[in-house]
Amino acid sequence: MEIFGIPTALLGSQLLVGLINGSFYAILSLGLAIIFGLLNIINFCHGAQYMMGAFVAWIALTRFGINYWVALIGAPLIVGVVGVLIERLMLRRLYKLDHLYGLLLTFGLALIIEGIFRDQFGISGESYEVPEALTGGVNLGFMFLPIYRGWVIVASLIVCFGTWYMIERTKLGAYLRAGTENSQMVQALGINVPLLITFTYGYGVALAAFAGVLAAPIFQVNPLMGSNLIIVVFAVVVIGGMGSIMGSILTGLGLGLVEGMTKVFYPEASSVVVFVIMVIVLLVRPAGLFGKS
Amino acid sequence: MLSRKFTTTACAAALAALSFNAQAQISGGSVKIGVLTDLSGTYSDLAGSGAVLATRMAIDDFIANEKPNFKIEMVTADHQNKADIASNKAREWIERESVDTVTELVTTSTALAVMKVAKEKDRLVIMNGPAATPITNEQCNDVSIHYTYDTYALANGTAKAVTAQGGKNWFFLTADYAFGHALEKDSAAVVTANGGKVLGTVRHPFPGSDFSSFLLKAQASGAQVIGLANAGTDTTNAIKQAAEFGITPTQSLAGLLMFITDVHALGLKPTQGMFLTTGFYWDRNDETRAWSKRFFDKQKKMPTMVQAGQYSSIYNYLKAVKATGTDDTGKVMAMMKKTPINDFFAKNGKIRDDGRMVHDMFLVQVKKPADSKYPWDYYTIKATIPAAEAFQPLSQSRCPLIKK
Amino acid sequence: MNSKSYLETKLPLLFGVLFVIGLVAPFAVYPTFLMKILCYALFACAFNLLLGFAGLLSFGHAAFLGTAGYVCGMMVRDVGVTPEVGILAGTVAAGLLGWLFGTLAIRRTGIYFAMITLALAQMVFFLALQIKETGGEDGLQGVPRGHLFGVVDLSDNLAMYYLVFAIFCVGFFVIYRTIHSPFGQILKAIRENEPRAVSLGYDVNKFKLIAFVISAALAGTAGATKTLVFQLASLSDVHWHASGEVVLMTLLGGLGTILGPIVGAATIVSLQTQLADSVGSWVTVIMGVIFVICVLSFRRGIVGELQVLIKRSGVN
Repeated sequence: MEIFGIPTALLGSQLLVGLINGSFYAILSLGLAIIFGLLNIINFCHGAQYMMGAFVAWIALTRFGINYWVALIGAPLIVGVVGVLIERLMLRRLYKLDHLYGLLLTFGLALIIEGIFRDQFGISGESYEVPEALTGGVNLGFMFLPIYRGWVIVASLIVCFGTWYMIERTKLGAYLRAGTENSQMVQALGINVPLLITFTYGYGVALAAFAGVLAAPIFQVNPLMGSNLIIVVFAVVVIGGMGSIMGSILTGLGLGLVEGMTKVFYPEASSVVVFVIMVIVLLVRPAGLFGKS
Repeated sequence: MLSRKFTTTACAAALAALSFNAQAQISGGSVKIGVLTDLSGTYSDLAGSGAVLATRMAIDDFIANEKPNFKIEMVTADHQNKADIASNKAREWIERESVDTVTELVTTSTALAVMKVAKEKDRLVIMNGPAATPITNEQCNDVSIHYTYDTYALANGTAKAVTAQGGKNWFFLTADYAFGHALEKDSAAVVTANGGKVLGTVRHPFPGSDFSSFLLKAQASGAQVIGLANAGTDTTNAIKQAAEFGITPTQSLAGLLMFITDVHALGLKPTQGMFLTTGFYWDRNDETRAWSKRFFDKQKKMPTMVQAGQYSSIYNYLKAVKATGTDDTGKVMAMMKKTPINDFFAKNGKIRDDGRMVHDMFLVQVKKPADSKYPWDYYTIKATIPAAEAFQPLSQSRCPLIKK
Repeated sequence: MNSKSYLETKLPLLFGVLFVIGLVAPFAVYPTFLMKILCYALFACAFNLLLGFAGLLSFGHAAFLGTAGYVCGMMVRDVGVTPEVGILAGTVAAGLLGWLFGTLAIRRTGIYFAMITLALAQMVFFLALQIKETGGEDGLQGVPRGHLFGVVDLSDNLAMYYLVFAIFCVGFFVIYRTIHSPFGQILKAIRENEPRAVSLGYDVNKFKLIAFVISAALAGTAGATKTLVFQLASLSDVHWHASGEVVLMTLLGGLGTILGPIVGAATIVSLQTQLADSVGSWVTVIMGVIFVICVLSFRRGIVGELQVLIKRSGVN
């Protein structure tokens, strides 16, 4: 069977691969969206923090023998703490200013972080083995799916929808959303808004690091692994609607699929298709697919 | 033209008569070597600071062994793999610091840009890192030497060997830019010439990170061999992911441009059994081991062919300067083309009129993890490809300098 | 209030001094280096017109710099026109592209505006990579500098320098006049309070579009000139890093000041050139540190801070 001259088996496998990439976009854009929603900061060093997550996992394994499962929790915590420091020491001073300054500050931080890692670890990158329990693969009939890739989809969906639930359905999330709308009022109600903001930034950064650990066994752990990704993830957040939680998750997954399809029909364009979609969406729906204008 | 040449020669003779040492012929009393390489980007591990170290070693060794009566200086810069930065820097070096030769130049685009500047200013260019064949073909000139390897030699080594071993049906995974296209074109020609067939090609954006969709396409094509016409992290990622999707045991991979640093970064597990072509392997004989150990002590990494070639080319350049007693581009070039190269890197190497340095290349196979006995014990040398076969013959040259 | 007019009265004198410095500089400093600074300074000034005076952050200005470079390079190398025609062609091409970008982008504001310009610029980058004529990764190489008006040989560095200097002065004058014209006043009014400008009856979008086209065209002039100086046009001029760099230059020099972008461009270009030799791969780290310091405690930029200092001393 063929669709547009492409065998359906190949089409199916490409869609699944697209969904896997979409999972990474979803976690990363979710983190960006949360940070933008509450802090009004465009976190340009998200890619660098993603890379840090992968490196922390790699260092933990090679230097201290700490396994993947511990790193999956530990690395986001460590990188999250670094994020908290960044927020307390620097970002805090920019909230009253234009968005532009937050973007520029984090852009500078990304340069610094990536530069230091590049100096320490070189550019070729390091290998991180797939954890023992997740090696091998299953034959789905239309493709051979490595178990680890399947795990990526599952883990990312759990984390994304868990986060969504926390923000939309719990009390903590209610404070968060209220803080986004009117921080002075929330402060007056006796909630420590600055702490809430710090926590949010730390959580967003930890999500990036989590994606980094997930990515480590698939991609080469490399100081620049996040620097090209960040622009795409930005586009995802903008298409989904800045600050929209569900929007960023669904758009992330959706764009993974679209990109997968592009790779079938016009592979050279797979790096640009997301920007074409972004322009179209913004012209038709200025606030993004899921955003409130 | 003739009269000018005559005057120069006359002046040279007069000068030589006046002074007893050759120093008067060396502009500024010193030979200045510029190392223009990627110190921070994708190719900084295969060239980068290692190439700078190799140059420093060549200069120090030359001074110790040959006791020249001229000074030798080195300047270095990072071209960041950008043609504009490279051409800008080369121009500045030549105009302001009277650099005599610009060397290394990994990535073809920077090499081509610097070749144009050097031709205009009549200075020497010695290239070790760049790969594309146009350097000694359409774009060739008489001030440039392409020393270590090129895409023709790689394709000719790896693609030929793999096709001869029965890998008749190929699918190419190509980095979508000039170098990738050149490597794919050269390799496809070799495959078809040896009775193989190219079933398909997919061009991926450069640099890429996820190759799984492209690999699945390659898998669906049913080709026996997937040729990786890319370099650096693109190659390493593709290899890693091919293993992950269970492609590698059934279909084999051919890394058309791989360096020992890539194998080191990936480890032997995903790379074992791969064929690749290289101009240098550290563990080939006592001579290469001795030099490489010295390099390793400083760099903590074994040298790539680019770094070893850099040492060899600089040492032989300095020898030519000493022999001619001048740093004049034309004379040094003539001397270098005349003198066969014999050192740990090349035996009976020869620089042809198109600027191509021809020397033996080696077809190697990556060892199984169990066969690797000590650190960096990665390759088994399968065959030596003699210089005459390794590189594009002059009869096929598209270089205007070659008269047919 | 008085202090401001004090500054303004001193401006012609300052321009005069700078002009003379510009004339004698190539005898003291390496001309190619100066030409690079001037090209980037013009680029940054053009960018500043948009961000500093109209309040529009374009994150895709590299598209204009690069496109003009390619157009100019192709015209001079392949069609064989004289350099001044090449630069003109580059400028017009960038202006047209600017009109296209502008029409699509100015309907949105703030971060969305920035994102649309970034996305469009990424498409231009993609085209530059794919089209055969641009030479892809190799770039458009071997562009001859040629003879100005078919007469003056530009392969001489000094001749080339004075051409670049003249182009810069003209470009700077155009920007200066634009800012100080009624048109520039309306732009500032839009930046300060868009709804008010609308209620005053101004067609805000038209003004924004015109500003965008002028900025794009002048960025194009800078790109076309740069191509002639270095004799090549390459992908790095269309890459989003170039768009980021021009933001840094403008910010470091002083957003919304007349001379800030020039100072910023000179500082960044010098730093990059000097640092590349001495610290190698640490350049990006140092650039990052400058970004961070600028944003945290130096937001007015070099020129902006100086102006505040002069103002204070003027009051005393």
